[in-house]
Amino acid sequence: MYGRLPIAKMLAATVALTAAISAVMLSINWDGEAASTAAPKIDDLLNVMIVLSAFVFSLVMVMLFYALWKFKAKPGDESDGEPIHGNTRLEVAWTLIPTIIVLFGAGYSWSVLNDIEEPASNALTVDVFSQQYAWSFGYPGKGNAYVQGEFHVPVNRQVQFKMHSQDVIHSFWVPEWRIKKDNVPGITTTATVTPDKVGTYQLICTELCGFGHASMRAKVVVERPADFRKWVAGLTEKVPAPYMESIRQDTETNPVEPLGTGGA
Amino acid sequence: MVAAIKQPGWIRGLLGTILAAAFGVGLVVVLRDISGLPIWQTEQTGYPHVVVPLITGPLGFLAGFGCFDYWLRWAAGMPTIPDDHSQHGAKSWKDYFRFNTDHKVIGIQYICTTFFFFFVGGLMAMLIRAELAQPGTQIVDAATYNSLFSTHAVLMIFVFVIPVFAGIANYVLPLMIGAPDMAFPRLNALSFWMLPLAGLLFIGSFLAPGGAFDAGWTGYAPLSTGAPLGQSFFNLGVQFAGASSIATALNFLVTIITMRAPGMTFWRMPLLVWANLSTSLLVVAATPFIAGAQFMVLLDRVLHTQFFQFAGGGDVISYQHIFWFYSHPAVYIMMLPGFGIISEVISTHARKPIFGYRLMALALIGIVVLSYSVWAHHMFVAGMFSWLRVPMMITTLLIAVPTGIKIFSWLGTLYFGKIHTYSTAMLFALAFIVTFTIGGISGVMLGMVPIDIHVSDTYFIVAHIHFVLFGGSVFTIFAGIYHWFPKITGRMYDEKLGRVHFWGTLVGTWGTFIPMHWIGMDGMPRRVADYATQFGDWNLLISICAFFLGACQLVFLYNMVVSWRFGPRAVANPWRANSIEWQVSSPPPIFNFDEIPRVVGGPYEYGVPGARHAIMAGEGAEVAKPEPAVVGQT
Repeated sequence: MYGRLPIAKMLAATVALTAAISAVMLSINWDGEAASTAAPKIDDLLNVMIVLSAFVFSLVMVMLFYALWKFKAKPGDESDGEPIHGNTRLEVAWTLIPTIIVLFGAGYSWSVLNDIEEPASNALTVDVFSQQYAWSFGYPGKGNAYVQGEFHVPVNRQVQFKMHSQDVIHSFWVPEWRIKKDNVPGITTTATVTPDKVGTYQLICTELCGFGHASMRAKVVVERPADFRKWVAGLTEKVPAPYMESIRQDTETNPVEPLGTGGA
Repeated sequence: MVAAIKQPGWIRGLLGTILAAAFGVGLVVVLRDISGLPIWQTEQTGYPHVVVPLITGPLGFLAGFGCFDYWLRWAAGMPTIPDDHSQHGAKSWKDYFRFNTDHKVIGIQYICTTFFFFFVGGLMAMLIRAELAQPGTQIVDAATYNSLFSTHAVLMIFVFVIPVFAGIANYVLPLMIGAPDMAFPRLNALSFWMLPLAGLLFIGSFLAPGGAFDAGWTGYAPLSTGAPLGQSFFNLGVQFAGASSIATALNFLVTIITMRAPGMTFWRMPLLVWANLSTSLLVVAATPFIAGAQFMVLLDRVLHTQFFQFAGGGDVISYQHIFWFYSHPAVYIMMLPGFGIISEVISTHARKPIFGYRLMALALIGIVVLSYSVWAHHMFVAGMFSWLRVPMMITTLLIAVPTGIKIFSWLGTLYFGKIHTYSTAMLFALAFIVTFTIGGISGVMLGMVPIDIHVSDTYFIVAHIHFVLFGGSVFTIFAGIYHWFPKITGRMYDEKLGRVHFWGTLVGTWGTFIPMHWIGMDGMPRRVADYATQFGDWNLLISICAFFLGACQLVFLYNMVVSWRFGPRAVANPWRANSIEWQVSSPPPIFNFDEIPRVVGGPYEYGVPGARHAIMAGEGAEVAKPEPAVVGQT
């Protein structure tokens, strides 16, 4: 009975529509500027998903609009359709094929996740302190040098951010780095990133933290290692005592890592 | 006057509210006095003098209004007043404002109440979009803005989408399974009357000192535990909405399991019944978790417990685990009944049996089971154990499979059918397939940890939830309302206005929510009153589309109100549907059936020669012997 459907033509239409949608969607840089080693990997994953999604969407569209065009009742036609109750092979197919697609997506995502969170031995540690509605930063490797509202990191070196919140939950997001992590009172959370482009970016708080949430921003400067060393040497303040206390007291989030998927 | 006070009703209800609230204040005063605390001192956020009356007052209203009369009389050894069913049915609009145990009256009460909150929440959305039309703050200050989007979400979720499905099912489901009413009519009425109380608590929080609750509908601790008094209104409103939800779900479960007409086996139930069975399974098991989470926040606020206070040994992240253990299944609580509606509408208007009926039912059950195992995908960047992310990602992506089965089965149902698109219900059902596919696709992307790390808490999320909740749930609600409008009101609605509403809503939805994906990925965080100027043009476009979308809903309101009053009389079965509710008059008789129908076949036997779903009263002689259930595969 399905021989009556122009399966080949419908598939061709699906492929053509997929290609058209993908061509448009892939030509747009959705995530904005990429400035870390993780960014292109995440963008690639997104692009693969866009093509797969375009295929699924096109398939649904072609199936829907072909049916609407072909099987629309004539005016005044009060008869019923054909009493088809199902087709086991088709139903198995649209259970198994999507399962395979999403499992592929899961595997790919997992490998990207492991990749972007792979710790490096020479990583620079930066302490992040957040409170309503300001950011400040400490450099434990540089005698706990301290700076408010702005931080610098060297280019092409992995940075480990150790985050501490003093009051409510905040979230650390630099869109160009594609990295985000909540700062949670009482625990130390960690984010790993390797900036690979010199420039000035913005740190955005992305967890609702009160009326000042929208304005809770900080300046991020990625610069050449020599410039960074000069800048950090020029810092005169030290991390204040209450912040040092939170570094000592906050517990790590990962007491066990049974699946070994990398640090938080 | 004395008679009015003795009668259950509004006067006794208000009196009960006042007495119970006064009792609550007195209780606080006495307890504080004997504990040696200053009687009137109010802790920074605690306000026990307000919180306790907020619990006792609504209970006093319910008691005064008559929700407990039968049980209290019985418990007190007084003669109970037997239900003579004289209050069944509604003879005038005033009857909808009384305690009534008729499932059809309760269904209408639910639908009208929830749509009232839909329009209030919608107005808040308009204010939100007005503020966001330009960068900077113009209309409301940042704190009020936070209250607005929090209340908008809470009204839409807890007192619109979840209960409106309960309302539609309340009306339709007993009819569909050939039952004279729900299993527990008094519990049903009690469930309904808790709902407006929840909504009033949510809206009433704007009157609280410090403004309405403003920690988002998610109410994450410790922002919520340290928030002003309005947050307690949210904590308590959720209790009433949740209790209403749980009681209704229990009612549906018992009704579906025990009150099906003879011959209606599980595999002969319409998919709307399957959908409500699945939803109720989710509600009874998951809703206690949000009730618990909000009680813990309330206790932290009022009794100064330390559940989520890290300084007192509490665990901040555990709030999110408990909250999402309800609130992810809640997404399916807001979607599965809609799946049921779409199945009814598409099968009827395509004149075709549902393609793969059993797999459709099993997919619902699959979603129920899987939905309990995906909650932590809301927490990929929350700082929880990092090893929990990958298993949660896999289950999250797998839940797309049963959802996909449903999409493909609806499409399969259209093939070799006779598709009629004259009904607005069918237009919404078809558009739902498209919009929900997009929402599902962005959901799969969000399920992938690396993508989620980037777009979490951005406008991409806002776009996704509105595509699945507005383009998904609300489209199915409109489909359901249009589909059963003739049955419920006994009148036809205006299809021309229905089409205006449909096309406007479709264009408005896409125009409003599609660009949100883009600005989210490009760096605009959610829940902000102010944003970077680079997003100004897009936000202006979104706001214009949102106003257009809002205006289109007024067309719907006008159509419903005017058609209900003046529309042409509806015949019993205007869509020529098979299921039982269409075989009785529109609106149905007070007790639904003169004689319980006998079910002799599947619900979707369109085009099967001689097939019947049910034999109604007085029809017995026409059909010689019951048909076997023809729901298997061909």
